[in-house]
Amino acid sequence: MTQFLPLTCPLNSNVFLLYQVALGVLLVGALLPLVAWRNNRLAGVLGAATALLGSGIGLAGAGLALLDGGVTTGQLEWSSLGLNLCLRLDGLAAFFLVPIFLLVFVGALYATGYLHFSDGSLQGARHWFCYNLLATSMTLVVGAGDSLLFLIAWELMSLSSFLLVTFDLADEAAKRAGWIYLVATHLGTAFLFYLFFEEYRLAGSTEFSAFTVLGNLPVAGAVLFFLLALLGFGTKAGLFPLHSWLPEAHAAAPSHVSALMSGVMIKTAIYAFLRIITFLPQLPPWCGLLAAGLGIVGALTGIALASMQNDLKRSLAYSTVENIGLIFMGLGLWLYCRGRGLEMAGTLLLAGALVHVWNHALFKSLLFFGAGSLLHATGTRELSRMGGLLRRMPVTGLLLLVGGGAIAALPPLNGLISEWLLYLGLLQAGQGSVGGQAFLFMFFAIMLAMVGAMVLLTMTRIIGIGLLGEPRTPESFAARESGLAMLGAMFLVAIGCLAVGLLPGRVVALLAAPLAVLAKGMTGPEPAALPFGPAWSLAGLCFLLLVVVLVASRYYHRLADQKITTWGCGFVKPSPRMSYTAGAYGQLAQETVYCGCLRPVVTGERKAELFPAAWQWLTNLVDPLLARGFTPLFARITALAATGRGIQSGQLSLYFTYFFVVTILLLGWAIFS
Amino acid sequence: MFGSLIFHLLVILGLSPLLAGIIARVKAKVGGRQGQPLLQLYWDLAKLFRKRLVISSTTTWLFRAGPVVGVAVPLLASLLLPFGPLAAPLSFSGDLILFIYLLGLARFFTVLAALDTGSSFEGMGAAREATFAILVEPTIFVVFIILARLAGDFSLNEMFVPVKAGFHSPAGIAVSLAILCLFIVLLAENCRIPFDDPNTHLELTMIHEVMILDHSGPDLGLILYGAAMKLMLSAVLIADLLRPATGSPLLDTLAFLVILLLLAMVVGLVESAMARLRMIRVPQLLIGTTLLSFFALILLLR
Repeated sequence: MTQFLPLTCPLNSNVFLLYQVALGVLLVGALLPLVAWRNNRLAGVLGAATALLGSGIGLAGAGLALLDGGVTTGQLEWSSLGLNLCLRLDGLAAFFLVPIFLLVFVGALYATGYLHFSDGSLQGARHWFCYNLLATSMTLVVGAGDSLLFLIAWELMSLSSFLLVTFDLADEAAKRAGWIYLVATHLGTAFLFYLFFEEYRLAGSTEFSAFTVLGNLPVAGAVLFFLLALLGFGTKAGLFPLHSWLPEAHAAAPSHVSALMSGVMIKTAIYAFLRIITFLPQLPPWCGLLAAGLGIVGALTGIALASMQNDLKRSLAYSTVENIGLIFMGLGLWLYCRGRGLEMAGTLLLAGALVHVWNHALFKSLLFFGAGSLLHATGTRELSRMGGLLRRMPVTGLLLLVGGGAIAALPPLNGLISEWLLYLGLLQAGQGSVGGQAFLFMFFAIMLAMVGAMVLLTMTRIIGIGLLGEPRTPESFAARESGLAMLGAMFLVAIGCLAVGLLPGRVVALLAAPLAVLAKGMTGPEPAALPFGPAWSLAGLCFLLLVVVLVASRYYHRLADQKITTWGCGFVKPSPRMSYTAGAYGQLAQETVYCGCLRPVVTGERKAELFPAAWQWLTNLVDPLLARGFTPLFARITALAATGRGIQSGQLSLYFTYFFVVTILLLGWAIFS
Repeated sequence: MFGSLIFHLLVILGLSPLLAGIIARVKAKVGGRQGQPLLQLYWDLAKLFRKRLVISSTTTWLFRAGPVVGVAVPLLASLLLPFGPLAAPLSFSGDLILFIYLLGLARFFTVLAALDTGSSFEGMGAAREATFAILVEPTIFVVFIILARLAGDFSLNEMFVPVKAGFHSPAGIAVSLAILCLFIVLLAENCRIPFDDPNTHLELTMIHEVMILDHSGPDLGLILYGAAMKLMLSAVLIADLLRPATGSPLLDTLAFLVILLLLAMVVGLVESAMARLRMIRVPQLLIGTTLLSFFALILLLR
């Protein structure tokens, strides 16, 4: 029985209805393809149509809720099971629901062009079941009004995304990535169980609305909750040093799923982290500093590793680690500023982190879609096997360029807006404090500048090596432009990137709703402090038009010009094998700028002989934390556990003996206690 | 406002190639040669813009976009800076972030235009350009932070003013170090000795010149023009801090222009006195500069 109970604030009741309808349609969308499991085509049509419909409705609802900014609560009673599940929407939830619904929509659109199933494989039904279940569960995680429903949705989200990561059953690497993901996400969830159990114990109810009593906790208790949330949600979000699962899983999943996971699924962890913080009293400043420190270290590590990956999707996944790091930096420093009385600067930092959540959802999904198109066209994820693709796939190439520019925070695209808010927050905080504290903020700002330059290196590498030059393999030579559905999906997000970049004032104004939940009494950054007025939009548009017109006119002019092959120091016919590789492009930074611990493991040695002989050289770019931290740790635990394995002999008589001994002991305990 | 805009455009469009001429002339004189005419780059540009293009069949529209963005960006960025006593035509709080990311935009397109040729030489130069930027950008940012802290404002127009306190005060010492850092950044960003030699002809050791090997005709002209404008921008940053503040706009403007020309001569002298560093040493010098700028920041915050 579902009934709608407007409890707190008269938010437009249509919003809640739209949200529930969207949830219902997506849930039906998960089940409907199963009915048509025999027919991949029919299952695909049903799954995609319901996903598009459900997310479209949801997007309308979330958009309205964001504009409205009120709180609404609905009760979902399940009396036969004795469950009383509660749905709740407020400004913060609406802010996160918008990108979720948007990406579910474009992801489904992209998938219709991207997926091809062989007949009789059942893959169609399997895919759309998991996809729509993932969509439903993400929506539910954000809309959950009590911890029980939250945990159920959280678990569903983990499982459905696990099934999507391991979608290609023949792919051994994907299976391994899936297992790592499953283990990591459940280790994180263990902390969440503890967190929510403790909260239930203290509040006496599972409902979030009852958790407000946590605001009276002593500092030690609040810190405990904060650390549990940081660990549990940090694992899901891919916060350094708990990110090791992320590059594996996001690279292995089908590209539209990578976009969904990277773009919004991990953001649900950010949402939940923020939600927990709203329950807690004022935290000591060092808590914020801890989150910010992990964030910036993760950003530097993530982008450094991204700039060395040869696998395009792994590179993008590491860049996700970087962006999550930036978001946590913003959030952490917001908490720090709040504790130090720098409210204005803190609000700017929080606003920067929140806008970055949207921005990253837009440009990262664009890049993952583009990577999927390249994979589709060339059959490889390796940058060094691509090349010459901008000529062969001009639209995909242009859209990838937009995504690359946006993530590198280049004007007039959206990445600059969130980084702007972060920089301005850091600068203002630095200006408003003295001594070590000022240096601290400035140091963060300088590290942010360094991350920016490294993103530029990574993106020029992806575009320059992957899209430009000559094709390096016959497959890349024969690459064709993607279909309309894939291009359309990419086009929609690219428009989003441009819209946020050109109309930043509108986006910042939308922050009022989440800020009302997070920072009490703060409506948002002063519009006067930001240059995001009409002049910004006009200048950005003019600059864009000017460059486009100039480039187009000059490109048209080129048709009359003489063409020759690239000059190669006297080589008459340069071969693609002579062109620069992805490895070479990143090598200089790897050897002169990055810390030695990030470098790849190189095996194979050149023998010093008079005449050169054949030799092999293998660079293996392992995740340093996975290879040097987690793998040895888990191996140690396994070895330790093995010592206790002796009691499991497999002989029935022995087990009866165990029973007997335990019973005797229990009897003795019952008698003597 | 309008007059300032005209002056900005005149200086950045008209005077930029002169700086390159002065540098070359000073180098020639120190080397005991007669040297090229001061206005050589103007003639070069005029010649290149009349020429036909020869381009590689590998390239795409990006190859043609690089030079265009390379000229458009310094032009736009110059409007954010004060030129001597003349205020910046475009100025708002936080425009220093836009300035840095505009330079990033130019770098993005220059690097991609180089990679578009598919040549390993250009690839090498592009990788160097993008990698060294990782070490240069923090320095620029520290310098901007120092100046923003002193000015109490986040707009370049307020930050790049003559030092009021005098160079012997703690703030003055921090600014002096900042100016030194800006000068090293000028050398690095504009590919001068000791970072790069614009006159070298060995592709393996070059940064900027190797990226433009395949550009020709008007495109090459645009690149050279853009590079000259970028040099002018870097010089303006320093000249704004060094110029005297007499109070008379005319005198101040003249002093500003003279300092610009003097800076070009200093660059010429540095280039004559030093050898190009080995590529492996370049990052060390850049990291050293970053540390120097950190030191200045700490001096200021002390």
